[in-house]
Amino acid sequence: MRLRAVLLSVAIMALAAPGFSQTPLIADLSEHQIQITTGFVGTDVLLFGTVGADSNVVVVVRGPEEQTAVWRKARFAGIWVNDQKVTFERVPSFYAVRSSAPLEEIAAETTRMRHGMGAEFLRLRPAAEEAAEVSDTEVATFRRALIRNKEREGLFATAGDQITFLGGQLFRTRLHFPANVPTGFYDVEVFMLQEGRVVHAQTTPLIVRKAGLGADVFFFAHNYSAVYGVIAVVLAVAAGVIAAFVFRKG
Amino acid sequence: MNIYLPIAEISVNVFLLLGMGGAVGFLSGVFGVGGGFLMTPLLIFIGVSPAVAVATEANQIVASSVSGVLAHWRRGNVDFRMGTVLLAGGTIGSLFGVWLYGFLRGLGQLDLVISLCYVVFLGIVGGLMFLEASRALFRRRRQIDIRRKLHQHYWLHGLPLKMRFRKSKLYISALLPISIGFLVGVLAAIMGVSGGFIMVPAMIYLLGMPTAVVVGTSLFQIIFVTSSVTFLQSAHNQTVDVILALILLTGGVIGAQIGTRAGTRLRGEQLRILLAGLVLAVCGKLLFDLVATPDDLFSIGAEGGQ
Repeated sequence: MRLRAVLLSVAIMALAAPGFSQTPLIADLSEHQIQITTGFVGTDVLLFGTVGADSNVVVVVRGPEEQTAVWRKARFAGIWVNDQKVTFERVPSFYAVRSSAPLEEIAAETTRMRHGMGAEFLRLRPAAEEAAEVSDTEVATFRRALIRNKEREGLFATAGDQITFLGGQLFRTRLHFPANVPTGFYDVEVFMLQEGRVVHAQTTPLIVRKAGLGADVFFFAHNYSAVYGVIAVVLAVAAGVIAAFVFRKG
Repeated sequence: MNIYLPIAEISVNVFLLLGMGGAVGFLSGVFGVGGGFLMTPLLIFIGVSPAVAVATEANQIVASSVSGVLAHWRRGNVDFRMGTVLLAGGTIGSLFGVWLYGFLRGLGQLDLVISLCYVVFLGIVGGLMFLEASRALFRRRRQIDIRRKLHQHYWLHGLPLKMRFRKSKLYISALLPISIGFLVGVLAAIMGVSGGFIMVPAMIYLLGMPTAVVVGTSLFQIIFVTSSVTFLQSAHNQTVDVILALILLTGGVIGAQIGTRAGTRLRGEQLRILLAGLVLAVCGKLLFDLVATPDDLFSIGAEGGQ
């Protein structure tokens, strides 16, 4: 049974292999999973591949979407207080763009808009219930603030290492994921462009997840909150008793 | 060596955390204070979100007050009856505090309220400590003896529900310790402090308890209040980082032992002035952050990201 499965997959691969060599765009990541372990300080993932001759490459990385509130502070009695809020829906928790040349030079505006190449083309809309209350210029201000804050946290990367070509058709770029990278399922889209338009595209998944002790602690804290609370207290009491005992004789 | 804290979701150097625990532990050993009021702002300064800092610090205080209360218990300096009454108020206070905490977080004003509470309380405590210590220094030079009455009677003693506390040699209304306990419970939940710096003066000056039993009794009830805060914050807000708490208390326990020994050899008044200066400095930094125009008037926060 297993032998048959192996033979079958070998046969499929043999059939598919010539097809691969004719596809002008092939790209892959050095890793498809980022594990946030106890010693995690951020990591780099290498993206590499080949494209057809005279092409440009754009890479767009998107993390899981979430609702994000943007606050504007105002001064009350000399103190800065969160005053106005605009909630944006479906904000990618992580977003990075890489390109083999400046985006404006290699991609038409419609192309950039359609594929969300560049933070200004992200579809960030305020939540329906708030949309009526804020003017369009206000929304634009809050949008820019959202992007600016995300960039400051290192979660929106629109500049940085660009895509480099090795001998015309082979390309590579290093994608950086900081220590505060959100967990979840990521999409890494690779676009091959000719004359400002996308001619081929490929999407590669990337998973960011917590692993090891930290993952267990996080899972436990969120799924067994009450038990976690009890354990936290018991651990602290035990530590206190041990400390009192150890240092009594000293 | 960096460690990724699973609940705080940031990567921090272990030795920095151990050092912070040690330094604050040292101070708490020297001065006999809980140290939460210094540790929580420090955690916020290094990038831990105020929500996690407050809840985790409550967890750490459980450990330090357990080891503290055992020492006082051996010397018979714990008024359990008074502690239990304080605790009744403290439990209600912590329930209310955790609810208030979640409510303020929903409004987006939690960070502001935490900072404001710190500025107000650190300002008052630091200021009073500074005055008191400098006056003591002054008095020692002049050798003036000031006599105080053993008990003063005013309207607080006319309240109903009177109870007898043998160990504290008091016959007072239970409403008093209950309301002090309540206030401390709310502070523990919102500020991540043991509230010792409020409770100890309140017990001495408002209740008129003998100084010998004050610290032990306050520690006794702090164990339960911070335990209940730890539990409630875990269950409601998932903001207690056990890993962070364990690292901090490892440093804290060692620091406190060194501090206790050092404290006996150092002179009290100058030290108290130093501590008052430190408290006022933290207060000043927090106040500055509230008043100074921020670099970016906008800030972001994930919503409903559970």
